[in-house]
Amino acid sequence: MNYIWAGMMIISLLCALLTGRGEVLSAGLVEGAGESVELLLSILGIMCFWSGMMEIGRRSGLTDMLARLFSPILSLLFPKVPRDSTAMKYMSLNISANLLGLGSAATPFGLKAIKELHRLGGERDEATDSMLLFVVMNTASIQLFPTTLGAYRATYGSEAPFDILPSVWVSSLAALMVGVTVAKVFSCACGHQSRLRG
Amino acid sequence: MEIIIPLVAVGFVVFGLVKKVGVFDAFLTGAKEGLHTAYTIAPTLVGLITAVTMLRESGAIEMLTEAITPLAQRLGFPAEIVPVALLRPVSGGGSTALLVDILERFGPDSFQGRIVSVMAGSTETTFYAIAVYYGAVGVKKTRHTLMSGLAADFTAVVFSVLTVRLFM
Repeated sequence: MNYIWAGMMIISLLCALLTGRGEVLSAGLVEGAGESVELLLSILGIMCFWSGMMEIGRRSGLTDMLARLFSPILSLLFPKVPRDSTAMKYMSLNISANLLGLGSAATPFGLKAIKELHRLGGERDEATDSMLLFVVMNTASIQLFPTTLGAYRATYGSEAPFDILPSVWVSSLAALMVGVTVAKVFSCACGHQSRLRG
Repeated sequence: MEIIIPLVAVGFVVFGLVKKVGVFDAFLTGAKEGLHTAYTIAPTLVGLITAVTMLRESGAIEMLTEAITPLAQRLGFPAEIVPVALLRPVSGGGSTALLVDILERFGPDSFQGRIVSVMAGSTETTFYAIAVYYGAVGVKKTRHTLMSGLAADFTAVVFSVLTVRLFM
């Protein structure tokens, strides 16, 4: 992340100098910093809300039920995470929310999950195989009904806003599988040290 | 479909009541934690989104688009979708703006309109997910996360063109 972040800023500056966009870039910097806080504020309320809901789910045993539902797939993908761990429960919640298209709920659930995975991995500043795979799964989209997308398509006069669904499912499943495979293959290739870390 | 969000929320509350959980108290505890999480991810978000906006405004994406377009066209990808494909992993807002623009110009049921729709439905903003998740736990060495995420994004782009060609 170190080099990527620095690289993005350096490339921006070079490109702006080449194309004579200095002023636009300055505006972009100020605007970007403002935008990020706006984004955070816009998700803050709903994030608190779903975190609250999640605590209700945890105390009532709802998350345990979901975890049991997903445990066959999840324990296959995350062999190093104990079956009954809190991490498994939060990951199940995150996946359920993603499938239902509740993006605003999936993020707080996922954040709880990664905190648990981080704790299991000994709280290092390097991602463990489990954390890495979980983040990759969240960079792919596994939504069954992309409602926002359907709404956009309907707004611009689509005759059948959801006729793209089969394509969306095939594409997202293919993307997810490639992401998981690349993550797994490189986790193995990166050697035995990471295996010890869990 | 719109009813699903309140439905799930009320479902949580009712289930809690049935199980005799102090639902409001539980909600407050959880919400407080959510607030703390948001606070922890703020610096990462500011750092990354500022850099992405700079990249977008600097013209780097346009330059890359121009470089890639001839190759993409030869492979059967319409030129219009190239900037969406490039921007999608980096900026959610930016790529949505481009998506809406294409839906408006070509119509949602056109070849281009369908491809960008499928693309938008089958990927998430990879950079954002990485920033938020690793930011929350203070992990700096992300190893091959970005590479795996981008491999998934690339697959989604290829498959959105392929499936629209095949199914529509």
